[in-house]
Amino acid sequence: MKNLWLILNKYNAFFFFVIFFGYAVYLVVQNNSFQRASAVNSSNEFIGSAYARINAWQSYLNLREVNTQLAEENAGLRERLQLLAAPDSIVGGAVTDSMGNIRYRYVVAKVTNNSIHQKNNYITLDKGRKHGVKKGMGVITSNGIVGIVLNVSEHFATVQSLLHSETRVSAALEDSGAFGSLMWGDNYDAQLGILKDIPNHVKVREGERVFTSGFSLFPQGIPVGNVIQTGIAGGDSFLDIRVKLSTQFHNLKQVYIVVDILTDEKEMLESQSENDG
Amino acid sequence: MAKVFLYNTIRFCVLVALQVFLFKNMGYYNLATPFPYILFVLLLPVGIPNFVLYCLAFLTGITVDAFYDTLGVNAAACAALAWGRILFIRITLQSDQHENYMTPLLGTVPFRWYFLYVSLTTLFHHSVLFMLETFTFHHFHYTITRIFLSCIFTVVIILLFSLLFYRKKQR
Repeated sequence: MKNLWLILNKYNAFFFFVIFFGYAVYLVVQNNSFQRASAVNSSNEFIGSAYARINAWQSYLNLREVNTQLAEENAGLRERLQLLAAPDSIVGGAVTDSMGNIRYRYVVAKVTNNSIHQKNNYITLDKGRKHGVKKGMGVITSNGIVGIVLNVSEHFATVQSLLHSETRVSAALEDSGAFGSLMWGDNYDAQLGILKDIPNHVKVREGERVFTSGFSLFPQGIPVGNVIQTGIAGGDSFLDIRVKLSTQFHNLKQVYIVVDILTDEKEMLESQSENDG
Repeated sequence: MAKVFLYNTIRFCVLVALQVFLFKNMGYYNLATPFPYILFVLLLPVGIPNFVLYCLAFLTGITVDAFYDTLGVNAAACAALAWGRILFIRITLQSDQHENYMTPLLGTVPFRWYFLYVSLTTLFHHSVLFMLETFTFHHFHYTITRIFLSCIFTVVIILLFSLLFYRKKQR
């Protein structure tokens, strides 16, 4: 003990340095967004490529599952295609939309890293800036929404998952069309979310489906989940609705990054009205 | 003793003010940016206890950081600077000189010692500062260039300051 004290005393300059320097670096990483983003982040090239390599092996193990999922999706799409292709008397008189109809493009990405057990979960995808992915884009999967792109590097992107305490997605109820913001809330179950800010007078039925409202990054009408419980926090002017998420976060393999072609135009217009008002 | 305290307080205020209002706006194409505020840490009395030295250095760094919106970067660099200063003084000065309250200012110390002291510690400080600021090893030669050019810039300004307040042999 005495020797330890002697050593500490003799090299006190060094130990003070370690303490002060460590604390300062902690402050740096905590408070500067750039350093935080590049210090502990799986879109960082080294970690990202390591994950990609592991994932290349893992993906073989899941081929069967992925195949089924893709086949199901194919079937669904074919069904919708039929509807579109069917000769219909109404279609005959349709006017082509001058906007060109296609507002969203989808970039297919593979999940190279995923977590559902943290308080704030992040997902890493194998598509990056090179493939046109930008910060703030929405990410969906064939049966639900996944999250929002947080950081982008050349070949990888990290996604702030829906299972993150700060993710908010605008979602609407099927019957009434009332919209609110969907968040993960204070639970630790990867299958449950909370739909907030739905006014009290709206009638909500259990099992009612919830879709994206189209006000945020996501296209309208993407399924989010089903209502399983309403009015959790009583006595307020808003309902809190518990939603069972349709996205299977625990076996997320392939996702689509939503590229909104008109996003610049929309943002410009909205910022203009903000400036005026 | 009180005089030493007073001088250092004034020096702190003046140097930090100069740093954040004047030198923050100076630079050579983003390649060389001077940080002469570190002169405050360099000119603290030789015999100052290590812990006090670290606290003051950290405080200075945090103050500058507050103005630069880079919380922690300058503080870390100043902690490194304090360490470099302790090492340099321990190696070069005799032990009896450690104990007094001499300010290592030009005029009380020989020019060669002073020049070496300033340039080595500045180099140390700037290396840590710019490394932390860029926080990546990409474009490493660019960072190195920035470190060296800024170092030259800072040392020149510090020497100018020192000559400005030069008083011959006050020992």
